This record gives sequence, C-alpha cells and structure tokens, in this order.
Amino acid sequence: MAQTSASPTPLLKDELDIVIPTIRNLDFLEMWRPFFQPYHLIIVQDGDPSKIINVPEGFDYELYNRNDINRILGPKASCISFKDSACRCFGYMVSKKKYIFTIDDDCFVAKDPSGKDINALEQHIKNLLSPSTPFFFNTLYDPYRDGADFVRGYPFSLREGVPTAVSHGLWLNIPDYDAPTQLVKPLERNSRFVDAVMTIPKGTLFPMCGMNLGFNRELIGPAMYFGLMGDGQPIGRYDDMWAGWCMKVICDHLGWGVKTGLPYIWHSKASNPFVNLKKEYKGIYWQEELIPFFQAATLSKDCTTVQKCYLELSKQVKAKLGKVDDYFIKLADAMVTWIEAWDELNPPTGSAELPNGKGK
Amino acid sequence: MRTPPSLVSLAIDSALAHLSNISDLSFLPDHILIDLFLKTLRAGKLTEKILKLFIATGKEEVLSHIEALNIQLVLTPVLPTSKKNLRMSQIIDDNDVDIVIGALHPDLTSFLDEWRPVFSRFHLIIVKDPDLKDELTIPGGFNLHVYTKSDIDKAVGSASTASLFSGYSCRYFGYLISQKKYVVSIDDDCIPARDNNGGLIDAVAQHISNLTTPATPFFFNTLYDPFCKGADFVRGYPFSLRSGVTCALSCGLWLNLADYDAPTQALKPGQRNSRYVDAVLTVPVRTMLPVSGINIGFNREVVGPALLPALRLAKEGKFRWETVEDIWSGMCVKVVCDHLGVGVKSGLPYVWRKERGDAIESLKKEWEGVKLMEDVVPFFQSVRLSQAAVTPEDCVIEMAAAVKERLGPVHPVFARAAEAMVEWVKLWKVVRTQLSP
Repeated sequence: MAQTSASPTPLLKDELDIVIPTIRNLDFLEMWRPFFQPYHLIIVQDGDPSKIINVPEGFDYELYNRNDINRILGPKASCISFKDSACRCFGYMVSKKKYIFTIDDDCFVAKDPSGKDINALEQHIKNLLSPSTPFFFNTLYDPYRDGADFVRGYPFSLREGVPTAVSHGLWLNIPDYDAPTQLVKPLERNSRFVDAVMTIPKGTLFPMCGMNLGFNRELIGPAMYFGLMGDGQPIGRYDDMWAGWCMKVICDHLGWGVKTGLPYIWHSKASNPFVNLKKEYKGIYWQEELIPFFQAATLSKDCTTVQKCYLELSKQVKAKLGKVDDYFIKLADAMVTWIEAWDELNPPTGSAELPNGKGK
Repeated sequence: MRTPPSLVSLAIDSALAHLSNISDLSFLPDHILIDLFLKTLRAGKLTEKILKLFIATGKEEVLSHIEALNIQLVLTPVLPTSKKNLRMSQIIDDNDVDIVIGALHPDLTSFLDEWRPVFSRFHLIIVKDPDLKDELTIPGGFNLHVYTKSDIDKAVGSASTASLFSGYSCRYFGYLISQKKYVVSIDDDCIPARDNNGGLIDAVAQHISNLTTPATPFFFNTLYDPFCKGADFVRGYPFSLRSGVTCALSCGLWLNLADYDAPTQALKPGQRNSRYVDAVLTVPVRTMLPVSGINIGFNREVVGPALLPALRLAKEGKFRWETVEDIWSGMCVKVVCDHLGVGVKSGLPYVWRKERGDAIESLKKEWEGVKLMEDVVPFFQSVRLSQAAVTPEDCVIEMAAAVKERLGPVHPVFARAAEAMVEWVKLWKVVRTQLSP
C-alpha cells in the first residue's frame, strides 16, 4: 500500500531523557543502540551501590545509585523505593527534559509483522506529539495516524483533541501478567501484533505498565511517583499501577490524554511467579479497594496544577485508604514528600544549583 | 426455452434450504438422498451436523461418496480450561441467529453470492427499502424471508412505514419481527473481507463470538479482549471484575471504504482503510462512541428495543454519509447498556465496503447530520436514567422524554426523533405480543 509521505518524526534528542532502572547490567542497550544513541540516558541503579554497572561505550548518560539518591534528597530520600524498579521515578525527578521514555532492562527491540525492527522510541514520540481524544471514542482508533481519520458521527468540535500526557506501549513475547495468571499459564506468549494506538477514554482507569512508557514530563511529571515498594514495604510490583491510577485521575481532571497500544517491545524475561506472588499478594486484595477509590476520586476546581491535584489526592488516600491498611498512611506521606522533593529539584525559575550524578 | 423444474427437484431445493430444521434423512429414497447430498456439497452447506445426518442414514452410496471425496469429521479436542467459571465462546445453534439485510439495491445477487459461505447456514430476513421501486433479485439456496412495503404496511400501518422504515432504517423492521436471540446486520454494499493471510473472514462467526464471550466495561484491559485465545487480563486488573458481563452489541469495522462522513470523504477521496487491527475491545462504561450500522451484531433478547429508527435527517439519502440514524441508535443502545450493566464491543470483524457514491455531491446537500452531532453527543454523554428503568423499553421511554425536553427545542428533527422513539416502543410491544405463541 502506498503511504503518503508524512513529515518525519522529530528526533527530540535534546528534549527527551531515557530513564532506565537497573540492578544487573545494561547489555540490552547494545540492541537498542541504533535508536537510543542520540539520547541522554538517566540510569538509576537499584540495590547495592558498591556494585559497578557497566554502561556500553558511546552512550551519553548520568548514573545515580542509592548513595547519590540519599545525598541529593537527604531525608526526603525516604520516598524513593529501594530494591524495586520503582526507584526509577528518581530519574524523572532529576531530569531536565520535556519528555521521558522509560524502559526495563529486559526489554528488547521487537519486530513488526513484516519483519522490520520497531523503533519504539519513535512511536512514543509520535504518540506524544499528536493529540489525544478522550471525550468520544473513535472506532478507527487514533485518527491522527496515517491512513486513519475520525469516523462518521464524530463531532467536529472534538476533532482538535487535547495534549497527550502519556504514551503506554505494549509487549510481545512475555506478557505483563500478574503472578496467579503466570502460574496458571506459564507458557502463554503474546504473539498478537495489534496495529493500533488509541486514547483511553476520560473516566476510564487502566493498569499502566512501566516497562515501555513515554510521558510529557513538563505536563504530568509530578504525578508519576511510583510509590513505596520493595525493601521494608509490604508490597511490590504495584509501583506503576499506583502511578497510573493517580496519573489518570489527574489527566482526566486537567483535560489531558493518555494513549495505549503501539509501540511493542520484546519482553524477554519472565520473572519468577512465586517471587512475584509474594510481592503482589497484598496488592491483589488491596486493588479491590483501590479501584473503587480511584474511580470515585474527584478533585476540586482549585486543583489547577499537577502538584495541587497530587497533594489533594494524597489527602484522600490518607483519609479513605488509611482504613484499609497503615501502609497507605505511609504512602500518603511519601506522596507529599515526593512533591516537596520534586518542587525543590524543579523550581519554577530553575535558578537552584542541582547536584549532578556520575556521568560521562 | 428452459425446461421448468420438476416437483422432485423443487422438493430437493426446498429441503436444502431448510436442512438445519431436518433431523432425519433415512426415509429418503436413495436416488433423492444422493441428489440432496451433492446439492448440499455444491451449496457449501455441508456442516458437521449435516454430515452426521447423511452418515446416519447408513445408505451405502452416500457413504461411498463421502469416502471417495475423503470428507472427514473434524474432531475438536476437549482441552482443559484454565478459566474456571468463565463462559467461553459457545458453539451456537444456527437457529439462534437471524441475518437481517436492508435491501437498498434491487439486485442482491452478487452480495448474497459473496456472503454465501457465511450466510447459507442461517435464516435471513431481507427487508426491502419501501422507497425502492424495482423488484428484488435474490439468488437461490438460502433460507430466507423477504419483506416488502406491503408486508411492512400490513404489520405496522403505512404511516409508520413512511416515518420509521424508509431507506437504511428498513432493517429495523427486520429487528422488530425477528424471533431469534442474535441478529447480525450488514449493509448490502459490503462483501466479506480477507485477513492478512488471505482467508475469508467469517464476520457472522466473529460477531457471535463477541456476543457470547463476556465484555469488560468497568476497567480497561491493555491487551484488549482477555477472552481471546492467547490473551488474558493484565497485571493490575482487579479479580472481581474478571468474569465480565454479557455483551449486548458488537460493532465491526470496514476495510477499503471506511465509514467517514461526507466532508472527510470529500477531503480525502483516495483514502482507503487498509489497516487490519487484530483486536476486539470493550468500550468502557460511560464512554460514548459513534456506532456505525454498516456491520453490527446484537443480542436481541437483551437490548432489541434499544436499536431504533429515530433520527431521520430532512434530506436523508441512500448513502451512509447522508444519514445519522445508526449513530443515534448506537448511542441509545450504549446508554441503555451502561444503565443495564451489559457491554458493547468494538473492533473485529472487518467487512470489505465497496466504492459507491460521490461525497462531493452529497456535500452539496446540507451538512445537516454533521452539525447535529454537536448537540447529539453532549446529550447522550449526560443523559441519566432512573433506577425504575429496568428494561430496554423503559430506558427508551425515559430517553425519549429527555430528548423531547432538552433537544426538542433545539431542532425539530429531535422532537420528531423523540416521537419516533415512543412510537417504536409501542410498535415493539404490539408486534412482539402478536408474534409470541
């Protein structure tokens, strides 16, 4: 099929940071080199800070380990998780760029049905630079894609769309299942390439996976706190879920869009389902309370910034979810600490001197 | 001059058309049985059930034919299910489905011939557009009933025929009188599409699959339909929501000529939809969408009365982009489904929509439909039904009252729509009472 020549997707190499949490190594970057090399990387090293993480030659990066996080945030470092990939949100906080792309270190380049390598980053950029349509569902999915448009019946007044805050990508091979599903279907692999990007409608919540995620940090950054997980916490593997639910409530309130679908990456590593079950166990019960909480959450009209929205949400978390478990009281406090730390590191005038991480 | 058909051959043709209702063939004389068998093969109607019927006769000649042609029973292995208590897609009885076709073109030969491999198992209701003057041409080999203007007049009175069932809305008469649980409707300018491997897409089977597997409107699954083979609910999806709800409406899509409005079609005359998106997803609760009537399936027992012919443009024409009746009907259904706690799916199946019409010519008429959407969409997004509305009929009556009150003053077409909705519910009650045994 002949494609009309669309303008090429801008590289945005000076406006986008790639944030990667890691505890082992970054060998996977070799496969991504053709797509990632132009960009600045922010590596957040979890676990033992004395371990040296090898970064492949030729990448421009800054690396932060636990010691750096403690040094930079001081007592506020308590809001950043330890021994969980949730620590990646520290990378969002220290970045100075407009856009963030975050990816797990066991995610590789996938191929589309024609056999061509998928440039996931380019697709995320396309998603973020084109509008979203959360107010009315377009049955042909993303109307701004080549070869698509708004269908009959779609009001013209809604065709301009709204800014896209988040681009949620998917995974071929090992799908993002929870532990019970993994235990029942250990061999299931996602081989279905669904050639669509779509806006998640306003008022609809979804499970946001942090494995392959892009977002507009200037718009929604402060809402992308990945919570208290891992060491010393009663729960794990709900970091991205928590961030996704908070983020969606805020985006719905402020009138921004969230897209899901393309791009696909190839998820290579199935984590141990028994280990996962231990981490998720409480989450599986708690999510039954969390979902109704987020679905009913409303923010007042004077929440006009993301920070204000987030702080109001933290109050509601403390008031309503505190009854479910004391953990949520701690989490609500951590949400406040996060915003304080965010505002400190990202003052409006940008005049504060910020300590740098180790880098090239 | 052709020899007229014999009584025997007419009888065999009739038996072929009603094969799904026959439970025993052993009484047939051998030569008639063979003839029926060969005609069944030629018509593409040899299903597993019918093959078993022929085998059960025990007649040697039929059995040797089956062996010579190497026809085999396809055994479906019984696999252990890992989803306890979840309804998987059932093999449905052909008798549960009506295919309702609104005939806006007199010659349905190529349309029905193209759809024969898919349609021939089912009962068809063909409703002729009352405004169409020419006689319908319909090829043989189908189990069908045809309804023309006089049939509709007899059933509902000629005033209703004119106000409710002309043009694309003629198909609603088919919904009104159908006795089946599931209805599938496809525009008569669409043919089966082909998937990425070149295979013919059985749109009816896909609609039925959508309607017989649960929908999940309360939380979005990022891997789309979790009941599809090779997919499931993702991490973070609450377990209490994983059994889903009944799917009442299945909205399919279109390759080649997508369902665009006239301005879009005129602006991009060469654009053709060639993107096959291999997904079915549930449209979330409270999310409105433009339902295109070109390719749909629905559970008539659950939402039948909510699919209704109400919004008729003053200059409504015989091209889809000169109408909005289906968009209005679809939003009524969505509101009803949201209220009753059942689901709506969108995505597969695709049909191939043929080139037809000149969008620019259509543009010379008013852009009425396009302008009306500005009022229609906010209305449906905000309409709320009371707890007392527990049936689709109740819901439609409440909605009609809201339409009359809130949209009636905006444009006379809405006041008429409200009246049509009330009239429709009355008709539905009257006709359904007459039809029940």
